[in-house]
Amino acid sequence: MEYYKITTEEIDVNEVVLSVVHPEAGAVNTFIGTVREFTGHKQTVSLQYEAYPSMAEKQLQRIGTEISKRWNGVKTSIVHRTGKLAISDIAVVIAVASPHRAESYEASRYAIERIKEIVPIWKKEYWVDGEEWIGDQLEQTSYPTGRPKEDS
Amino acid sequence: MVKILFFADQREKVGKDELEFEGEGMTVQHVKEYLLREYPSLKLHQTMTAINEEYEEEENRTVKANDVIAFIPPVSGG
Repeated sequence: MEYYKITTEEIDVNEVVLSVVHPEAGAVNTFIGTVREFTGHKQTVSLQYEAYPSMAEKQLQRIGTEISKRWNGVKTSIVHRTGKLAISDIAVVIAVASPHRAESYEASRYAIERIKEIVPIWKKEYWVDGEEWIGDQLEQTSYPTGRPKEDS
Repeated sequence: MVKILFFADQREKVGKDELEFEGEGMTVQHVKEYLLREYPSLKLHQTMTAINEEYEEEENRTVKANDVIAFIPPVSGG
């Protein structure tokens, strides 16, 4: 059974994968997003994710619906974790099951890109010498509250 | 009464998760202007508006009593 969830608990990857397995599927693609230590020269100590949970779950569901319309017979589950996460912790898991392998890659990529566009989840990065809410993935619209030097 | 929710840097600037005020009958644009008067440090020009958990693109939309409004800052999940 497909599901779309925001959770403060550690994500059980296998549970997400098993939720999309079905007899018509010939491929299950799993995307696992983890906390990266370095972005360029910036060293992340930890991250905090915050969500508007009820709306975020609706938007994740919307992504699943968009995928099933674009790719026939594709099933999707998405779980995103919130709260404080350490380096290498799992932040998001996307499982996509499809009749053939090509759609599973395409739909998985589509899901993560859409998450970064429409799902109300925000990331705050904590560095050794500062912290900042990240405004977008290109970090062009962030809101400094103690921005470290660019060459740090 | 209408309810406004604050997230991420907004919550830190306003110092609370939400507020209620008598905003029914106001347009989305007027609600934004009200908030900017109350909290001049807020930045709302890059936000997407959500009313009752759905995105709303029409700035002239009138808000109704009991609506829950959020001005969604640029998202950074994933």
